[in-house]
Amino acid sequence: MTLEDIILYLFMGSSVAAVLVMILNRNIFYAALGLLVCLISLSGIFALLQAEFLAVTQLLIYAGGVLILIIFGIMLTNRISGKSLQTDSHNVFIGIVFSAGFFGVISFSFYNTELSPVENNLNIVNHMGTVGTELMSTYAAPFEVSGILLLVCLIGAALTASSFKKNLNG
Amino acid sequence: MAKIDLLFYLGTFLFCSGLLIVFTKKNAIMVLLGIELMLNAANLNLVLFNSQKTGLDGQLFALFVIIVAVCEAAVGIAIILKTYHYYHTSVPDQISELKEKP
Repeated sequence: MTLEDIILYLFMGSSVAAVLVMILNRNIFYAALGLLVCLISLSGIFALLQAEFLAVTQLLIYAGGVLILIIFGIMLTNRISGKSLQTDSHNVFIGIVFSAGFFGVISFSFYNTELSPVENNLNIVNHMGTVGTELMSTYAAPFEVSGILLLVCLIGAALTASSFKKNLNG
Repeated sequence: MAKIDLLFYLGTFLFCSGLLIVFTKKNAIMVLLGIELMLNAANLNLVLFNSQKTGLDGQLFALFVIIVAVCEAAVGIAIILKTYHYYHTSVPDQISELKEKP
């Protein structure tokens, strides 16, 4: 077992533990912190799977941006001093049945699948540069469309969350 | 068990945990967290199978998934904030009317 394997197993274990905290803990804030740990572990796994650009993006966007946004949302929609930071559960039985059944079906079908042999991926030396070139050449159209989507989303979220309603009507 | 098998089962576990969170938790923010978890499990799968072959298609697809997930989180949080202002709750079960009671 090499050092890389040990680090990979550490990341996998920490992500599973963080997800278990998310499921079992009733506090929303702890659940958000659990998701943060899980995302950072996934970023490490991405880096070990030769996806450096995606690992950095994951760290910057998810751990730096989305989680801060969600924690702001938790702070703004729950009374911190009271006990309403807790959340209740419902549909527990049917949820466990559905998700465990889904896990069973997917695992069973993967277990019975013969994977195609691994191609040699080591001929691409400069991953970061290749990602940039691909993004600007082959994937130029989706790149531009995602830029428009981000702009629309920014304006929509800002307008939805702000209180401009009276001004817009008048 | 090979590494790729373990990583695949990890991705499946994360997806099913997200599904469980979406099903069982009452608060809207927890539902949003569950959706983020499911999207990340899908990303893990894309990157995992991309690492088995030449080319970078899976990684770039995962990149676009991240972009769409960010948009979804921003709009979702905005809607939850607005709903909380209006109904003073962020539990979707307690919101059963489109308009406030007169």
